[in-house]
Amino acid sequence: MTAPLLKLTNINKSFGPIEVLLDISLEVKAGEVLCLLGDNGAGKSTLIKILSGVHKATSGTVEMSGKVVVFNSPRDASDHGIATVHQFGGTFPLMSIGRSFFVGEEPTKGWGPLKRLDRKRANEIAVKAVRDLGITRIDDGDRLVGGLSGGERQALAIARAVHFGATVLILDEPTAALGVKEAAHVLRIVLQARQRGIAVIFITHNVIHALTVGDHFAVLIKGAKAADFRKGEKTREEITDLMAGGEHMAELEAEIASYMATHEGHPPPVGG
Amino acid sequence: MDMISAFVRRPAAASVLSLIGVLAFYVIFGGVDLGRLAAAASWLNFAANLGIVALPVGLLMIAGEIDISIGAMIPAGSMTTAILSGYYGLPIWMGMAGALALGVVVGLVNGLLAVRTNVPTLIITLGTLVGMQGVVLSASVLLTGNASVEVMAPDWAKFAFGHLIAGSHQVIIVWWLLLTALFAFVVHQTRYGNWIFAMGGDKNSARNAGIPTRRLTIVLFVLSATCAAFVGMCQAIQFNSAQVSGGMSYIFNVIVSVVVGGVLLKGGFGSVFGIFFGSLTFAVVSQGIYFTSIDRNWSNLIIGVMLLIAVAMNETFRRMAIAYAPKKRTAV
Repeated sequence: MTAPLLKLTNINKSFGPIEVLLDISLEVKAGEVLCLLGDNGAGKSTLIKILSGVHKATSGTVEMSGKVVVFNSPRDASDHGIATVHQFGGTFPLMSIGRSFFVGEEPTKGWGPLKRLDRKRANEIAVKAVRDLGITRIDDGDRLVGGLSGGERQALAIARAVHFGATVLILDEPTAALGVKEAAHVLRIVLQARQRGIAVIFITHNVIHALTVGDHFAVLIKGAKAADFRKGEKTREEITDLMAGGEHMAELEAEIASYMATHEGHPPPVGG
Repeated sequence: MDMISAFVRRPAAASVLSLIGVLAFYVIFGGVDLGRLAAAASWLNFAANLGIVALPVGLLMIAGEIDISIGAMIPAGSMTTAILSGYYGLPIWMGMAGALALGVVVGLVNGLLAVRTNVPTLIITLGTLVGMQGVVLSASVLLTGNASVEVMAPDWAKFAFGHLIAGSHQVIIVWWLLLTALFAFVVHQTRYGNWIFAMGGDKNSARNAGIPTRRLTIVLFVLSATCAAFVGMCQAIQFNSAQVSGGMSYIFNVIVSVVVGGVLLKGGFGSVFGIFFGSLTFAVVSQGIYFTSIDRNWSNLIIGVMLLIAVAMNETFRRMAIAYAPKKRTAV
């Protein structure tokens, strides 16, 4: 059996005395989507920052295809094939599509000190990459990124990651700020990336979106992994309960029910 | 119509329109003879001195930072040249090298403070501005006992940096045009320029994309301090003397020129040609008024109005640029 593309073993992260991640172990295989679920403050962002090279884990190892790797910078992580797309993906709203696509990796023509930006090629490649993912509205690479919709910007960011050879694509809440139709577009693009053999880590607190694209799910609660299961092993309600601390809701419901029973259906007085 | 819309979406558009507007205003309401104005050197000299400093400061603003210490670096450059070569009699190339080296040093100080601390660059350069004013004044008084020093440069230095072409146009105008062409090429045609725009757009994303933001910031600060020192150096050679004062008005003038030129205060957008035309427009407004029948005390009011109109135009054009989408071509 081939080694998983990305494997985290007992990752811990503390910022001084504050422990943010506790013993996280996860595996992601190529061509699969891992949905990382969890409420705000569960540690998802910190885990992502460790994977994208912004932070270093306090302890634990990260392996890619069986080899241990340590990222000293975001550039390091992206050189290893890990691409991260943040929630407000496709920044640089005042840059053209072509330029923002190639930031840091600009194509040039000419040589020596007269190396010039190859604007035409940059525009052509950027537009083609985005159209390959199904966004047909864009056909001019000189348009400013700020004129694209949120979903188109996400698509541009994902197209960029795919183009530069990402093997692991981390999407941080890509659909959180999108409407229903745009979110569906982005989810379709995620499935396309999966089809190309990319391992996708999809962070979200939207269970419905997660169930649409996920093969494998992990739930983080207060920095620890509370559940790890494959598609079909849990229902939507069970997952939502898990994320929202379901037992607490159930306890509260039971408490209210018993109170109502003893007080003949009258709700508790306010400020009693 | 297409060409107009394409022109308007360029960052330099408002500055070009401002220049035309100001000229038109002066002709219509001031009775300016355009021929006389074109032949005159005063505004062009003013524009060149201002323009050389505005270029790197404009780039810093595109990158999301600012440098106001240029106000002290101009007299620092001229005083260094004058003290080394005038007072101490060292060869002129040493005076020039000293001025430029001082620019590099102060630029490094600004840049290192900018990348190593969280202090906003406005405050950092405010500190260097005031500090350098003190340094220049103390050095001048301590070393020469005077707040103004004379320097007579040899012919070759005067030819290259400080003589009047045709008896009226300062040779620094040539330097300005050369530097503008150089900056325009680097900023708009090379990848380093793209890095500057990326830094101004979103510094974190730029860094994550692998751009060496720290190094680039330091380079830009060195560039602005050195260009300011260069202008001071040329002034010392041109006028055969240097004073500790002067230079403060450049701060305000540079910022107005850069903003009129289409550079956004928060960075990420602008162009070198915009900064060029912005400097030209400012020079025409402030110096061109002497060619009109308008009382020159009104010049600041005109500058203020022009600034507001230019910024409003910039905002409108930028919004049009963002919203622009080419008409969908019918499928072939």
